This record gives sequence, structure tokens and C-alpha cells, in this order.
Amino acid sequence: MGEPFLIGDAMTGGYGASDILHDCTIAVERGEIAVIVGPNGAGKSTAMKAVFGMLSLRGGAVRLNGEDITKLSPQARVRKGMGFVPQTSNIFTTMTVEENLEMGAFIRTDEVADTMAQVYDLFPILKRKRHQAAGELSGGQRQQVAVGRALMTQPQVLMLDEPTAGVSPIVMDELFDRIIEVARTGISILMVEQNARQALEIADKGYVLVQGANRFTGTGAELLANPDVRRSFLGG
Amino acid sequence: MDILNALVAFLNFVFIPGLAYGSQLALGALALTLVYAVLRFSNFAHGDTMAFGTMWVILITWLLQSVGITGGVLPTGLIALPFGIAITAAFVLATDRVVYRFYRTQKAAPIILVIVSTGIMFVMNGLTRVIIGPAEQNFADGARMILAPNDFKEWSGLAEGLALKQTTLITVIVAAICVAALFWFLQRTRTGKSMRAYSDNEDLALLSGINPERMVAITWIIATALAVIAGTLYGLDKSYRPFIYFQLLLPMAAAAVVGGLGSPLGAIAGGFIIAFSEVFVTYAWKKVVTYLVSADMAPEGLLQLLSTDYKFAVSFTILILVLLVMPTGIFKGK
Amino acid sequence: MNNRNLLMFAGVALLFVATGVFQSWNLSLQILIIGVLSSIMALGVNMQWGYAGLFSTGIMGSVALGGLAVVLVSGNPVPEGWAAGGPRLLVSLGFGVLLIAAAVYLYNRMAVGTARRTAMILLLGAGFFAYRAILDPAVTAIEAFNPATAGNIGGLGLPSLLSWPVGALFAGLAAWVIGKVALGLRSDYLAIATLGIAEIILAVMKNEDWLARGVKNIIDLPRPWPVPYEVDLQADPTFVAQAANWGFTSIEASTILVKLLYLVVFSAVLLVLIYFSERALNSPWGRMMRAIRDNEVSSAAMGKNIKSRHLQVFIIGSAVVGLAGAMLTSMEGQLTPSNYTPLRFTFLIWVMVIVGGSGNNWGAVLGGLLLGWLWLIVENAGPVAMGYLTMPLPDGVLKAHLIEAAPHLRLITLGAVLLLVLRFSPKGLLPEK
Repeated sequence: MGEPFLIGDAMTGGYGASDILHDCTIAVERGEIAVIVGPNGAGKSTAMKAVFGMLSLRGGAVRLNGEDITKLSPQARVRKGMGFVPQTSNIFTTMTVEENLEMGAFIRTDEVADTMAQVYDLFPILKRKRHQAAGELSGGQRQQVAVGRALMTQPQVLMLDEPTAGVSPIVMDELFDRIIEVARTGISILMVEQNARQALEIADKGYVLVQGANRFTGTGAELLANPDVRRSFLGG
Repeated sequence: MDILNALVAFLNFVFIPGLAYGSQLALGALALTLVYAVLRFSNFAHGDTMAFGTMWVILITWLLQSVGITGGVLPTGLIALPFGIAITAAFVLATDRVVYRFYRTQKAAPIILVIVSTGIMFVMNGLTRVIIGPAEQNFADGARMILAPNDFKEWSGLAEGLALKQTTLITVIVAAICVAALFWFLQRTRTGKSMRAYSDNEDLALLSGINPERMVAITWIIATALAVIAGTLYGLDKSYRPFIYFQLLLPMAAAAVVGGLGSPLGAIAGGFIIAFSEVFVTYAWKKVVTYLVSADMAPEGLLQLLSTDYKFAVSFTILILVLLVMPTGIFKGK
Repeated sequence: MNNRNLLMFAGVALLFVATGVFQSWNLSLQILIIGVLSSIMALGVNMQWGYAGLFSTGIMGSVALGGLAVVLVSGNPVPEGWAAGGPRLLVSLGFGVLLIAAAVYLYNRMAVGTARRTAMILLLGAGFFAYRAILDPAVTAIEAFNPATAGNIGGLGLPSLLSWPVGALFAGLAAWVIGKVALGLRSDYLAIATLGIAEIILAVMKNEDWLARGVKNIIDLPRPWPVPYEVDLQADPTFVAQAANWGFTSIEASTILVKLLYLVVFSAVLLVLIYFSERALNSPWGRMMRAIRDNEVSSAAMGKNIKSRHLQVFIIGSAVVGLAGAMLTSMEGQLTPSNYTPLRFTFLIWVMVIVGGSGNNWGAVLGGLLLGWLWLIVENAGPVAMGYLTMPLPDGVLKAHLIEAAPHLRLITLGAVLLLVLRFSPKGLLPEK
């Protein structure tokens, strides 16, 4: 088996003088869902941001489809086919849903109508509310806008930072369903999740981070079955 | 009871002046609010940008007149306007490159940018005084009146005259065109939408591949164009004095804040609110009231709430009230 | 003070000496006196900005209120004018204060909602007309008396020195009102609001003739003790003899002596203020101020009452500026409202503080002296320099215009100095310790 489609390989680094990540490796295969879980302050979001180039690494590398992209800016990685949905402030609240999607496609020079139609197919509620200001939508709908915005660049890999933070359980299930649908279209998903159990249930691959380092790695099912993981991170 | 004459007096002394002044303030406030929305600071050099730009319009007007080019019935200043905008925009872009950009990359606190803008204010103020001097200039030519008070009296048979200066009409028309064009740009064009996106959420805009330096440059150009247009219209309609333009900063800032800083729609509404409040409060209502009540009840005093010298107090009071009661303004700015 | 600081001050001293040698000592002293006054103002602004991080653009208002105090305290009394409407005026002002107090009381007592809004509008609306009904006849009566030379309520005729603390009091009171309303607003809103307040204070002084004759100006304000008048000195035989003894004409000697006395008095005030500000800055109070400035959120979390601290320092800083404003007017011997311009009395003082070093009292003094010098010397030397520069030009409109415009070069110079300091030495010439 060759190298995964996207890999953050042995990443070491942080925002300031002290490192947050220690030799941490995160990877995702084409069309699969990889989930990063772990306790608060484990460096989950930091690991994802490192993969996306939002902090500079002191060690390790990030490769996309075999190409070393460690030195690229986040914007350049977007052009390489990576989509990123931040945890907060991930939509343009004063703009309409449709404008949000248009802005998502800003770097594209070709016709975007088809992609927009696909996003509307995926999130039918957005089509009905497309002329409404995104800031007026409910929490779950806003997350859909955020994911839709990131999909507009037709990314090969979509990175989600706690997409279900602050939404109700029902909405969370629906979001997860959508994320699975996205993955079925061939887009790799890399996701940080607070709700570890539900996330691992849909994950092809799971990473449990503790203090910026890999603690457990396996398929979602393996991790769910692992008694250590269950006891420490899934509440028994 | 003489409703018609009262109405004409009201139109002539309150409504028409308020409409013209409101249009000028609205354009100025729009410029201020756009700079705030994208660059995130209150530009204290704004009044002096108006003065500086209008100065170039005046100088070019004189140049055109000296070689025999005039606007005919229209003011020559309108022909000079695009040149004035171009020169001023070039200057402002240069200040951005030399001064503001450094603080932007540093992510300096907004208050530092405000202080920096006072430095730019000094420079522009000094340049204006050195080049054209601090004195008053009148540069309106072309036809003066569209409707002269006496013609109106003859036509209507009323005692009150109604005057419509050409510059007033031009002010309102140009302002309407500018506002329509700006909103078309912001709502319909890709660049305009990306500007709104950048103002809404800078980080997400960066993620979406929007080029911040381009946004900033476009914002400066549009804001400068609006400021120079506002300044030229004000100068044509009233007169040009650099110091008055500096002082206009207060009502324009009040207009922008009242409408909601960062909201273009709010800036326009704010401009008219401030302008009409000023005119209402400082107008001596004696004439209008005298027409409306019976002769024995005619008022003795001027019925003027505040002398015109206190017009700043009006915009200031509205500003403070809005800040205390609804700090984000009418249209929910930032 | 370390060597670097002393060197800086020595450098500024050299500028004044050079001005004395190459231009005239009278001019040098004149600039120095204004520089000392500017330093006091800068000290006040430094308290607001340097200690507490408050950006107020209403400094001009405090200066003007200080000037007004001189007129009201030591101006010539106008008994007829006062008798004509003075008491009624006091009643109206008292009514105005009561009205606002009642409005504030009601606002705090009533529940939020339409009822409160209606009550406020009714109270303030009716109150405003009642206030004008009391005030207007008084104003008409006062302004009717001898408008060519008086038309105002006159002053108390007290010694000029007494007006200085009153100037501080006026500015401090105004700052209290302003602070109650505007502090707590976001920094750029505070800047816009204070800019507006200063313009309103000036509008009142220009238009309320009963107060200080408005733009008709008040002249012949007495000099502060112990400064004598030049004409008295020149008429004094012993002084003339003494001056001749030292090789001066009596005119030269008298003008220089008067300036020296002003310099001594003003410098004494400056030193006293510095003494107290240094003590305050290094006291627990000063440390707390800086803690609040550097991190409002955590200071608030530690239970510090930020708003009342800010109000405190805002009042004190404004009072210091008002004091300097009173000193300035009593030296000039006249109140000329149209001389108060925001560029000169707000933004120039700001440049002084920032160039000198925000948060450093000595920095404010250095900035005051240095930029006070620069401001006046560019005004004086600008045309001369422009004369040389334009030598090759043929005589004509352009040359005349350039020379005429040269004094305005100081605005560009100051803007450039401010921008350069902010860019390359943001902590100023004498950084905060």
C-alpha cells in the first residue's frame, strides 16, 4: 500500500517558542473519513491547522498526493485542492447563503453553477434559504453553509474543525450523514471532533492525540473496541 | 392660515437645503464607513482628504477655464472632478503604501491607526494650505439658478419664493448616481462581493483566496472618489474652505456611526438624519409658523431652537445618544 | 535621568541657544515660554494617554476653558451688565443643571421602555423651552449694555494667579461631565466624541457674547504676579539706569526681564506638576493605571473599577491642560476664541506626547519643548528658507505664493515627524521605563 493521499508526517511545532505537537502523524486516504479525537488541550485543532499550514513546523512534513506542500501557505493549499472549515467564524454572516457559496468559489475562474447545484442537492435547506443572510440561520444550517462554502472549490480533501460544536444531537446526526455523503463522492475528510464516539462510528481511520502526540491509531471500529480508548476517552 | 406659503417656505428653507447637505454628508459618511469596514479604523484624515481632493478639482477647473474649456451651463468643476479624484487617489494609495501598510502587517491596534491617520491629516492639511491657501474659494460657474424665487412667485402668485440652485440639483443627482453605482458594485459584482466578504470575515476571506492588498487598494480608491465628489459638491453648493472641510469630519463621523459604522446603507440614512436634524434645529421657524397661525397668534421670537453656530452640537448630541442607546447604530454596524 | 535623556535635553537646549544667537534672544525666550506651556499641556495629555491609554481629541476644549476662567476671575468687572441680567442668568443656569440632574435621576429610576423614553423626551423638551425662556431675557439685557466695549457679565477683577486653579477646575468639571458620558465608549468613538465636545465648547465661547464677548474678544486681562508691565519698567528711572549699566536699552531689558519672569513662574509650575506626576506614576495608583492600560480585561477580572479609574485620570489630565490654558491666556492678556484651533491645541499636543515618549513625564516635557520650538521656528524660518529656495525663480505670482505659503510647511513637517516617530521609534524619544 502506497502513501496516504494526504499526510502530515511526524509533525513537530507550535505557535510560539514551545511546541504543541510532538512527532505527530495524521493521514487520510482518498475518499475516506479520518477523525482526530482526544481530551481538551490535546492539540487536535493544532494538528489539523498544521496540516493546513496555519502554523509553521519545526519538524516533519505535509504531503498531498505525494507532493511536499510543507512550505505552502493555507491559500496555496486551497488552490492545491484542500478545503478547510474553521470551528468558529466560518461563514460570512452579513452575506446571503448564495453569496457565501460564491465567495467559496472565489479562486475558480470556470463556471461554478454545477458545483453550487451539487451543494444545494447535498443541503436542500440551503437552496430554500439561499437569499437569506447566513447570519440569520440556525446553528446547524450555518455549519451546512460553512461546509458548502468549502466544497465550492471542489476540493479533494475537506478539513473540518469540530463541525458539530454547539449543535443539538439531532442536528449532529444529520451533519454526520451529510459528511458521509460528501466522502462517498470521493472527497477525503479530515475532521476534529469533540463527540468522539459518534465520530469514530463513521470514521475509517481514527487518531487519538494526547499532549500533541499520537496515543492510539486505528480504524474507527478498532478504536471503539479498544478497552483503553473506551475507558480513557469514551467514558467507559 | 396659509398652508401653501408655509409649505413653500418649508421647502425652500428646510427641505431643499437639508436634502443637498444630506446628500453631501451621506457621500462623505459612505467613504468613512467603507474605510472602517475594510481597514477597521476611523480615518481622521478624511475631512482633509476631501479638502485636498477638492483643491485639485478647483485648480483643474481654473486651468480648464484659462484655456477656454467650460462646462457651459454645467459647472466646469464636474469636468475637473475625475482628474481631481485620480490625483487624490494616487496620493492616498501612496500614503497606504508608505504608511498604513506597515501597521496593517503588524496588525496594530485600531487606535494606533487613528493616530497614524492624524499624521496623514497634518500632511494633507499642510499641503492644501501650501498649494491653495487657507482662504475661501468659489469655483461654481455655469447657470446659477434652475428656479429663481421671483419667477416662482410670478408663476404661482404666492408671497413666498422657491429657489432651486443648479448646484443643489446636481448634488442630489450625482449623489443618487454614486450611491446606486456603489450598491450595484457591492451587491452585484464579484469584486464588490469579495470586498463585503473581506469586511465581514477577514480570515475566512483569506482562506477563500481573496487578496487583501487588492481589497484595501480598491477601498481606498472608492473612498477617495466618494470623498472628493462629496467635497466638490459641497464646494460648488456652498463654498470651499479647507478648515470647514476638516470640521465636516464630525457630522460625517456622526452620520456613519448613527447608521452603524461599516454599513453603507446606514451611512446614507445617517447622512440625511444628521443633515435634517441640523437644519430643523437651527432654522428659525417664525416664518413658517406665522403662515400657519392666525395673525394675532403670530410668534414674536425667531422660534429658533439653537443658533446655526451650534450645528455641531446637533450632530454631536445625536452621536452620543446613538452610542449610548444603540451602539451598533440603526443598521447594525460593527 | 540617565545620560541619554540628559543628552536629549541638552540637544533641545542647544536649539534654543542657537535661536538666541542667530535670531534673537527675545524670540528664543518667547518660544521657550510657549514650549514650557505646551509641556504642561503635554503632561496632562500624557496622563490620559500614557498612563491610561485614553485617546481624547478634545484637548483644545480644556485649553479654551482655562482661558475662559481667566476672563471670569480676573477680567474687569462690568457691574451694569451683571446687574442687568446676572442673577437671572444664574437662575437659568441653575435650572439647567437641575433639569439635567432630574433627567439623569429619572433615567436611572424608571424601567427601560416606552414610558421612560416618553418621560425623557417630555422632560427635556419642555425643560429646554423653559430654560430658554429664563435665559434669553437675561442674555438680551446683558448684551444690550454698551456692546461696543462690554456686553458681557464681566469678571470678578481678582488677581490673575487665582484664575489658574479655576481654569483647572473648569476643565476638570467639563471632563467629569464628558467622562461620565463618553468614557467606556470604544477608543475611536471616544476620539470622535471628544473632538465634537471641543468644537461645542469653542462654539459657546465664540457665540455667547454675554459670557466673554465672543469673537469680539476680551482684552486688558491683568498679568499674573510677579510679572510687571514693560511700560512701567521703562518709566522707572532706576530700572533704566540699571539696564544702561549692563549695556541694554531699556526696551530690550524690559522685554527680556518680563519674559524671564514668565519663564521662571511657568517653569516652577511645570516642575511642581512633574514632581507630583512622577510620584503618582510610581505609586500603587500609577502601577494600577498602567496595569489597566496594558490589559483591561484581566484588570477588570481582578476587580478593578476601570471606568472610575479612567474617569479619575481623565479629569486630572484635563485639569492640568486647563491650568496651562489659563496660564497662556493670562500671559497673552487677552482671550481670542478664534485662536483656538484643533491643529494647534489638540493635535500638536498629541504629537508632542508621542514624539516625546508616551507614558514618560520627562518625555512629554521634551516633546513640548522640541515641538514647541519646531512649530514656531518653522513658522518664522519657513519663509526665510523658502526665500532662499526660490531665489532662482523670477519674481512673480508663483514665488510670492510660495513664500506666503511657507508658514504652512510646519503642518507638513509635524505630520512627517509624527509619522516617522510612530514608524521607527514608536516609544518616542524618551521611552517609558
